[in-house]
Amino acid sequence: MFGLDTLGRYVKLMQRTFSKPDNWRMFWRQLPKEMVKLGVDSIGIILIISIFMGAIMLMQTILNTESPFIPRYSNGLILRDTMLLEFASSIMSLLLAGKVGSNIASEIGSMRITEQIDAMEIMGVNSANYLILPKVVGLILCMPVLVTFSVFCGLLGGAGIAVFTDMIPLADFVYGIQYAFIPFYYTYSMIKGLFFGFIIASVSAFYGYYAYGGALDVGRASTNAVVNSSIAILLMNIILTRLMLT
Amino acid sequence: MIEVKNLYKSFDGKEVLKDISATFKSGEINQIIGQSGSGKTVLMKSIIGLFRIDRGQIWYGDRNLTDMTRKEIKLLHQEVGMLFQGAALFDSMTVLENVMFPLEMFSKTTKKEKIERSRFCLERVNLKSTQVSSLFPSEISGGMQKRVAIARAIALNPKYLFCDEPNSGLDPVTALVIDRLIEGITQEYNITTIINTHDMNSVMEIGANIIFIEKGVKAWEGSKDDIFTAHNEALDNFVFASNLYKKIRTSQTGK
Repeated sequence: MFGLDTLGRYVKLMQRTFSKPDNWRMFWRQLPKEMVKLGVDSIGIILIISIFMGAIMLMQTILNTESPFIPRYSNGLILRDTMLLEFASSIMSLLLAGKVGSNIASEIGSMRITEQIDAMEIMGVNSANYLILPKVVGLILCMPVLVTFSVFCGLLGGAGIAVFTDMIPLADFVYGIQYAFIPFYYTYSMIKGLFFGFIIASVSAFYGYYAYGGALDVGRASTNAVVNSSIAILLMNIILTRLMLT
Repeated sequence: MIEVKNLYKSFDGKEVLKDISATFKSGEINQIIGQSGSGKTVLMKSIIGLFRIDRGQIWYGDRNLTDMTRKEIKLLHQEVGMLFQGAALFDSMTVLENVMFPLEMFSKTTKKEKIERSRFCLERVNLKSTQVSSLFPSEISGGMQKRVAIARAIALNPKYLFCDEPNSGLDPVTALVIDRLIEGITQEYNITTIINTHDMNSVMEIGANIIFIEKGVKAWEGSKDDIFTAHNEALDNFVFASNLYKKIRTSQTGK
């Protein structure tokens, strides 16, 4: 867990990360590469998980709320709001913390223990800025797209249940996902995605950057990155929900 | 020239370097030798500015490193080239991109000029740029990696070159090639070169100005020619640990 000392080092690293790049051209060259590595390469897992979770959430909702007093279309509404409010932003971010976070921590950690980061520093390069800033900015820029994609896939999974089973008519499901839509929920989901993207990239980079020792320690740094960025996401989720929805 | 004056460095209250003073001249090979754990690497990293020292002064010409701001140290580092023990090439970049990296970051020349300069540096370290440019570090041998690292270190025409155990993990022939290369570059460009080593072959080959570190203290200073007549117990224990050097001493001094 974050101790005060750790928090201080994290803040100092972020100060170095968010300073002016030594060479803007190199930053703009790195940014799309990172967006592909962290965002585009995550689309597959998001697609699979969101479709299946959307399908299973709709099935569970139908099975557990079967009542003559609850209209059937409300199942579509519940799925839509669950995807928008929590799944696509929070749960998907926890999954990304595992995939992207461990990738960032192990990549930077390996560079640290093989002295590649020292080599950059000795050249006069701000290694934190060069290595971490494109990752943080890249993931933040990808998050709105990933969150939107996740919502879409979740609803697609629900539609699959409506089409391929007789649990809910497709017309009811489609009506439900359009019923009483609150546009702010989408904004809320996007904002959460941006914050979580920052947390995943920066916390994971922090653990990688301060890795030391050998391969085992890089593995440890990677585990710490996933655990601590997940905890930070959960805490931030409560704070943002309290600030934006209550 | 680099001058170190009364340098002290400790970690968690444990003194690792005590009152080190030394002068490292330009255009010749300066070597820091000593057993593993004697403080050689700490001394080198302190001189470079990677470690903040407790006391003392480090002068790069007329500039005192210990008085420099972070920004000034960053600028100084652009005059420094370093060869790491494990080469420390960026494994996500090709050989050419590795050599071009410092040029890309700090040089305002055109892309064509950067490529030409990188190819020149690769040729200077006896690598055929047309053959290795597009390879990744994992696809070339350890000796070639060291040579690419030297090419990268000299890409920006450094005034200072630091080499941390440049021969470690290399066979004697390749080690000699690397030694000769560093010596040639040092003399050709009048660089102040500091090499950290415990390889006695390297010391006897190219060591012009040698300081011997024993338990964090400078125990001896001289040239490779003085080693056999040094009469320093700690140095003798280090240098003549191998029978080969005992025999060489006997043949040279009769002792």
